Parts: sequence; C-alpha cells; structure tokens
Amino acid sequence: MINYISRKLNSAKIIAKHKPEEVTIVEHRVGWQLIDFKELKKYRDLFYFLVWREIKVLYAQTILGFSWAILQPLIQIVIFTIVFGKVARLSTDGIPYFLFSTVAIIPWTYMSQAMLQSSQSLVQGQQLLDKVYFPRLLYPLTPVLARLVDFGISILIIIVVALYYRVIPTWNLLYLPLFILLMVSIPTGIGLWLSALAIRFRDVKHAMPFVVRMLIYTAPIVYSASSIPETYRFIYSMNPIVGVIEGFRSCILGTAMPWPFIWPGILTSFILLFGGALYFKRMEWLFVDVI
Amino acid sequence: MSSEKNVIKVEGLHKHYRIGLKEEMHDSFLGATLNFFKSPLKNYRKYRSLYRFDDIQSNQRTHIHKTPDNVIWALNDVSFNVKRGEVLGVIGNNGAGKTTLLRVLSKITTPSYGRAEIYGKISSLLEVGTGFHPELTGRENIYLNGTILGMRKKEIDSKFDEIVAFSGVEKFIDTPVKRYSVGMKIRLGFSVAAFLEPDILVIDEVLAVGDSDFQKKCLQKMEDVGKHGRTVLFVSHNMQMVTRLCSRAILLEKGQIKDDGPADKVVAAYLSSGRVSSSERVWENMQETPGGEVARLLAVRVKDEDGEVLESFDIRKPIGIEMKYEVLKSDFLLLPHYNIFNEEGDWLFTTIDTDPDWRGRRPAGSYTSTAWIPGNFLSEGLMFVQSSVFTLDPLIVQFEPRDVVSFQVVDSLDGNTARGDWPGSMKGAVRPLLKWTSEYENVKL
Repeated sequence: MINYISRKLNSAKIIAKHKPEEVTIVEHRVGWQLIDFKELKKYRDLFYFLVWREIKVLYAQTILGFSWAILQPLIQIVIFTIVFGKVARLSTDGIPYFLFSTVAIIPWTYMSQAMLQSSQSLVQGQQLLDKVYFPRLLYPLTPVLARLVDFGISILIIIVVALYYRVIPTWNLLYLPLFILLMVSIPTGIGLWLSALAIRFRDVKHAMPFVVRMLIYTAPIVYSASSIPETYRFIYSMNPIVGVIEGFRSCILGTAMPWPFIWPGILTSFILLFGGALYFKRMEWLFVDVI
Repeated sequence: MSSEKNVIKVEGLHKHYRIGLKEEMHDSFLGATLNFFKSPLKNYRKYRSLYRFDDIQSNQRTHIHKTPDNVIWALNDVSFNVKRGEVLGVIGNNGAGKTTLLRVLSKITTPSYGRAEIYGKISSLLEVGTGFHPELTGRENIYLNGTILGMRKKEIDSKFDEIVAFSGVEKFIDTPVKRYSVGMKIRLGFSVAAFLEPDILVIDEVLAVGDSDFQKKCLQKMEDVGKHGRTVLFVSHNMQMVTRLCSRAILLEKGQIKDDGPADKVVAAYLSSGRVSSSERVWENMQETPGGEVARLLAVRVKDEDGEVLESFDIRKPIGIEMKYEVLKSDFLLLPHYNIFNEEGDWLFTTIDTDPDWRGRRPAGSYTSTAWIPGNFLSEGLMFVQSSVFTLDPLIVQFEPRDVVSFQVVDSLDGNTARGDWPGSMKGAVRPLLKWTSEYENVKL
C-alpha cells in the first residue's frame, strides 16, 4: 500500500514538472467561432471509444449481427429491381437494373442512416450532455463514423454483384476515395445543422424519417440521371447526393465521369459542412439549457 | 498555504434560467381550434424564450437586474478563489445554486455573465458511472467511462488491473453491465472515478450512494487525493463529511455566497442559523412540485405532538412526519411511505402507510398523512426524509424526492434518556430506551 502511494506521488510529481499547465476559461462567448481542433485532439481517445461503443452496441443481442449491414440494403436492392426494373421498366442506359441499383443503394443506405442518427445524436445523448463536458461536436460526428463500418461491410455486395456481371475495373476506380469523402461530408453537414436544431425543436425527430424517405427520389437512385432535362441539370445537381450516386456509378461501372452532375454538389456539400460547423458552434452553449 | 497559487478564480458568475412554461387551457372548441393554428408560432416563441433573455434589463456595473417573474437566478454574482491543494466544500439548501455552480465550472452549462479561470486538468464527477452502456461489458465500460471522465487510453491501460481489483467485480469483468446488480454497477463506476488523477476534482454528492463499507473505502481514497496536493471542490448535504474532508467551505444561499471560511466554522454557523434545509417544505408553484400522473406532493413537515413544526426534537418525544399530497385520479391503490436517512447517508428504515382505512382504492382529493416515530427510538443527529408515493398495480413511482425535509434529534444530558449518566459520545443508528432488570444477591465474600 505504501509502495503504491509513493509511486503515485512520484508519478504526480513527474507530470507536474514536465507538463505545461492547462488553462480552462469558463465564460459566455457570443458570436461565431471556428472549431477548436486543439481541443478535439485532446479528446481523440474518447472519440475513438464513443465510435466504438456505437458500433458495438448497434447489433448487440442480435442473431444476425453484422449480417444486418448486408441484409438491409440487399433486400432493398431486390425490391427496387422488381418494382422499378421489372414492373416499371425504368431506363438505366443499358446497365442491368440489379447492378444499376446496387451501386447507388449502398452509398445511399450509409448516407440516410448516418443522417438520421447524426441529427438525433444530441437529443439521444442528453443524459450524457447533462452530466459531463466534452466537445459537443463529438455527438453528431460519432454516428457518421460508426456507420462507416456498415458501409465497409456492405461494399461486399458491390464486389459480388460486380463480379457476377463481370464488370471490369477501370482507372475510374481511383476516384472512389473522392466520392467516399463526399459521401461522408453530406451526413456530417446535415447532422451538424439538424442535431443543433433538434435539441431545441423536437419537430426534427418527426420530420427526419419522412424527409429521408422523400430524399431518395431527389437523386438518381432508382432512375437514371440522364432522364433529367438538360435545362434543369444544374439545379438538380446542386443536391450533393446526386454527385455521390453518379460518381459511384461511374467509378465502379467505368462509364465516363459525369462531372456536370458532380461539381455543383461538391460546392453545396462544402457550404453545408462549413455552415453547419459554424451554426453548431454558435448554438453549442444553449444545448444543455434547453433539453 | 497562503503562498500557494490560485488555481480557480471565479469572478462575478451569473446564471439564470427560465421556469414554468405554462400550457394554456381552452374551454371552447373554437378556442382550441384557433389555438391549434396559432400554436406553432406560439410554441416557437415559448421554446425560444428558454434561451433568449432580452426581457432582462441588467446593469453590469451596479449589478441591478430587473427580471421578469419567470426568470430565476441560480447564480447571482458569485466570486471566489481556490488555492492549490485546498479542499473546498460547497454547502447550502436545495436550490441554493450549488449544483449549478459545479455545472458551470465543469463547462456543462455556460454562465450568463462573468467568468472563471481554471489552471490545471479538471475532472468532474456529477454522477457515478457516466456513460455506462448496459450492453457493454465491465471492461469496455471502464474504458468508456474513463475516457469520458478525461483519462487517456494509455492511462487506463496502466491502471486497469488496479481499477478492477478496487471494484471487486473481477469475476464479471467480461459480462455485460446490464447483468450487474445496482451495487456492482456503482462499485465499478466509483472505482474508475477513484483512479482519476486530475489537478482539480469536482464532486457532487455522488458519494451518497453505495454500500457503506465501499463508501468508506472511497472516502479514504478521496482523503488521499486531498493530501496529494490536489484541489477538490465538493458539494454535499452531509455536514459531517464536509467538516471532515474540507479545509474550507462556502455557503450558498439563493445563488449568492453568504459565508466563506474554515469548514468547521461555516458548517457550525449554517447549522445554528436554522437555514439548514428546514423541517418544512411547501410547494407553491405547481410546475415544480414533484409528482406523477396520479399523485403529487404538496408539502412535507416535521412536527411534535402539539402539531408545532420544529427544527430539533427531544430524543424522548415522538416525532410526526406529515405529508400533504394530492391524488389526481380515483381508484388507485396508493403506497405512501417515508425513507429515513441519517447524516452519514445510512438508510435507517422505511415506513409505509398501513392505516387500514386507506388500504383499498382511494378517491381523488387531497390527503394529509402523518407517520409517528416514537420517542426513544432514533439516535442523535441530523435525519433526512425521503417522502414518496407509489401506485400499486401497476407499480409506478409518483414521486420520491430525497432530503425533502430534515430534522435534528437532540439527546439532552439530564439523565432521563437512553444515555443514562454516560456523558460521552454514543454510536449506533438507533438509541432505544430499553428496560433493564437486575437481580441482586447479597453474597458474603
């Protein structure tokens, strides 16, 4: 016991000697602020465990476990192929419908689920929000990262389907990281905006599932983007989801990169992300008081 | 000590909240319909008013604030400094702003005005086992809880075995926490907290839970912390603990510092002033009164045989604990009861309303029930009451606020009490006056 105490004392002394002292200022800051990356870095271990908790808990006490990450999008792909491919016979520019929708639904599943969870993150974390401080930014960011595990697993579907249809990889595949980045930035941006809004007005909770269901039709997921008239193309492509879906298709199927559908979306998602971060930081102080 | 540096500097801290957002009632269908269409805008204004305080006219220099009725000042111009190595106790009645102060200092909520500077790594314990997830194992929760409290992963790695050994749940460390008993969960949470090594530790009454042996172990650990030159801020109702652990105490009242000085002096002044969470509590504002759908608490008071509300009672006299509550719905089986705790937080007993007249289903209305604690039963000291009503079938807790009222039991030294002619201190949770008999034999030696 004495050994233990003296060891602790020593370690405390060493820390005191070598570590520059932290200073915390508590005050009401008003106005716009940028993200405090230095503070975020300090909490990176916590961030890691929060993401990991989210992953671990998602499929706790299930029989199928991570198979759900494959099953969910797979069933949707099959249903869409039957409804839109076989019954409605939507044009896909000659691509087999199953392949056509697989490539779109995998990133869509990620974006929609990450968006939903991120927007609810503060409301669901209110217990924690009220008891301990850590950068509030971690709340909306956690589901965005955690959901990437599901996405990673569901990539398997794309690989299997692409092999089945004998799709030959092209150099376009090198663009994929860009589109994955764009894919992650969309729920991040939306999550920042909506989580900050949802903690004040719970209307967001009721609106989100409905909005997400509608959003699927604003992007070329079940239909082909080429069916959009040229005059509306720019406005249509302002939706960053369009860019992600078109980008994924082109990367994997090797068709020509439809840049006019992609650039506007990159711009919007950047504005969404940057604006979201500013808005979140501006509202941060009142989260706890309005729970 | 006086040469030590200030590690916490608090200057003019204010925090206000808005209370009681009332719902409007409508007595006509038309009124309700009109309201339905008008309500989005009204709701928006209502929820916005939670964080907009444009209606407060304040003058920072003179500290005169003209505030509307529904705004309360949880902290009103609080300033103090804490030196390195000081163990500061924060005491005061319920609603005096103690917890708000800790929440502001731990950055959970932002002050409305004023500022605080904190030098060094700060950790706050406002709850045991913050962030525990029932689906995760004990091992996983140690890491999660540890990082939430500000530890680095490496730090937890190196202390992991000690934390587990301290908690005494080694066998269950890879079992999901949802299969733990409440006590095990608390022990695990405490153990993580006990191994924190911040420069400044902020603690809110979390020590009031858990079994008493373990509590003592944690108190011991806390005392060690103080001796290691760490600064501690400690909020408590437990005056004995404050005097024992803290070198200095501040007394908060209505969001302001009323007293600041050596812990024993501040505690003594507080206890004798009658400010201590008194023996009567009445809820006037319906928004704040504790209660559920079936019953809500209106008032609790501690009285003597003559019905007079007193702060301290003679150990020989019966003590009546009275609660007034309102039953909003008829035909429920109700279970009014009290839990009595002593100053150390030990749960002395639970007493349930067993009046045969009211064992059946009750009509709605207002009830006043009194439980009589007999004289010569309780020990000496400060007692705390938790007053509660459950509905049976289905079992729902209507209210069970802790420490609603407190009262002092005094054992006089005039020789007629259980202490007899013994003038020293007496231990034990109860102090009954028992009948003693002796037989005498005159044996010639």
